Amino acid sequence: MTALATSGLILLAANRASAEPLAPGAASCLACHENRVGATTSGFPTLGTLSAQQIEAALAAYRSGRRDGTVMPRIAKGFSDIEARAIAESLARPEAAPR
Amino acid sequence: MSVITTRRGLLTGLTALSLAAPALARTPSHVVVVGGGFGGVAVARALVRNGLAVTLVEPSPRYVTCPSSNAVIAGLMPISAITFDYEGVRRSGVSVVHDTVVAIEPDARRVALAGGQHLAYDRLVVSAGIGLRFDAIPGYDEAASATIPHAWKAGAQTALLARQLDAMEDGGLVALTVPALPYRCPPGPYERASLIAHYLKTRKPRSKVIILDAKDSFSKQPLFQSAWTKLYPDHLEWVPLAKGGRLEAVDPTARTLRAEAGLFRPAVLNMIPPQTAPALCRATGLTNVSGWCPVDPITFESTLRPGLHVIGDAAAAGAMPKSAFSAYTQAQVCAQAVTDLLAGRAPVEPRLINVCYSLAAPEYGFSISGVYQPEWDRLVTVPGSDGLSPEDAPPDVRMREAALGRAWYDGMMRALFG
Ligand SMILES: Cc1cc2nc3c(=O)[nH]c(=O)nc-3n(C[C@H](O)[C@H](O)[C@H](O)COP(=O)(O)OP(=O)(O)OC[C@H]3O[C@@H](n4cnc5c(N)ncnc54)[C@H](O)[C@@H]3O)c2cc1C
Ligand code: HEC
Repeated sequence: MTALATSGLILLAANRASAEPLAPGAASCLACHENRVGATTSGFPTLGTLSAQQIEAALAAYRSGRRDGTVMPRIAKGFSDIEARAIAESLARPEAAPR
Repeated sequence: MSVITTRRGLLTGLTALSLAAPALARTPSHVVVVGGGFGGVAVARALVRNGLAVTLVEPSPRYVTCPSSNAVIAGLMPISAITFDYEGVRRSGVSVVHDTVVAIEPDARRVALAGGQHLAYDRLVVSAGIGLRFDAIPGYDEAASATIPHAWKAGAQTALLARQLDAMEDGGLVALTVPALPYRCPPGPYERASLIAHYLKTRKPRSKVIILDAKDSFSKQPLFQSAWTKLYPDHLEWVPLAKGGRLEAVDPTARTLRAEAGLFRPAVLNMIPPQTAPALCRATGLTNVSGWCPVDPITFESTLRPGLHVIGDAAAAGAMPKSAFSAYTQAQVCAQAVTDLLAGRAPVEPRLINVCYSLAAPEYGFSISGVYQPEWDRLVTVPGSDGLSPEDAPPDVRMREAALGRAWYDGMMRALFG
């Protein structure tokens, strides 16, 4: 291995070990939302302040049309109740997946 | 790995890995990422978060984003606002090497750099973007693009088109040519035409932009067309395939354009050529007859070259459009799969989202979205999850989506380059 590759290996020491993987789909939510507590966002609501139940309920409301929105009513239709619950549990944990 | 039986191919890969696992447990695995754009930076940072050693190879010391480049062309923001260096990527723990990968050597599990060095890898992720087909339109080769910009890779080309538009006298014709699908950013040409029309209407009102299209329908069509009727009745004209939009040839010296609809002599000419995966992908045997790289929908591992993963525009990702948003979400899925494979775990079946915001005017935005899942060997749209912003939305909703598009861009650029 060349010197270039080794320099990458040294940096590894600074990184924490594998975090628990997010539920399928949850990483995509973070393309818009922040889920760190105290995150400053302009535009998208921060998910890290919500409980898993609140996120799950919001997704169900968007999916059924009870709640209005620009993109969320469409996105929520892509997930079943079970998938939505797993995503909600992934994202409500504030330490999960820093971006 | 077999092209058809991807599931079995995956298992074969796993068996090989579990045998290698004891050695891997001691030495952290090393992943090389080719390309420092949306997909490459996103996958590199996610792999570092998962505890892997990552080297990212990218020739350019600065990355200029295609997203928001249409606003730069229309004079709405400076190019500096969409230009980023790699300091933030380095700070995140990624080893960044500014060089070009000239060859991938799967048997030796290493890449060769233009500078003469080699980089060894345990797994390789390619996110090298697109290659422009300079053999597809008679007269439009790479030399011609020095005076007739494509501006479909952002940077000097973006600046050139912006300068030409700025220098154009009022009363001129701007022509924009659009290829057939698939190409990078399906709604991109129509956003560009819209923002150019906005520029003309406000700054050079006797001028006009004409779109010569190789298609009869396009992404977000009803939304763009209702905006055009309202905003640009005199400043924008769309010529579809059925009305002669298909190009025949261009003469770069005379700066004339021949389409089925007739001969044009535009003051500013912007040609978006047909596209393929970049040359490196073709040379490595990653592409099939489509010109793009077929991948396993769970791991983004090439179905043609095991051990190599392809994400972003270069990948043939089924129903997912070629967008920065897709490249980002594919990167998250690929990083998790690479981490799992290197640890001898079976990757979990993913879900991916794509959302693309477009502007018809600075405060007039709308979106297209979809959720995607693997179905056998490809990614398909989850039924009912795809769609457009409503056609009858009031102006405040258009304004809100324009602001959300900016918020998406700002957040994404902080996450990738911050
Ligand atoms: C006008 C326009 C507007 C757009 N707007 C949007 C938008 O609003 N939203 C959206 O989601 N998408 C948008 N897109 C699409 C988006 O730009 C692409 O989908 C995205 O850049 C794809 O990411 P990528 O990582 O595949 O490729 P890129 O971002 O192109 O990155 C590829 C990188 O690989 C490097 N590279 C290539 N070959 C090699 C090599 N051999 N060795 C080392 N490095 C190499 C290149 O230098 C480049 O930096 C737009 C595109 C255009 C043209
Ligand atoms: C394209 C950007 C985008 C993506 C991707 C996205 N969201 Fe949203 N989300 C929004 C916007 C914008 C709103 C405000 C409602 C609206 O306009 O649709 C919102 C609202 C929400 C809310 C309500 C928050 C509150 O304070 O009540 C929740 C919960 C939520 N999203 C969860 C998710 C989850 C879970 C995912 C992934 C499955 C996701 N979002 C993906 C943009 C996005």
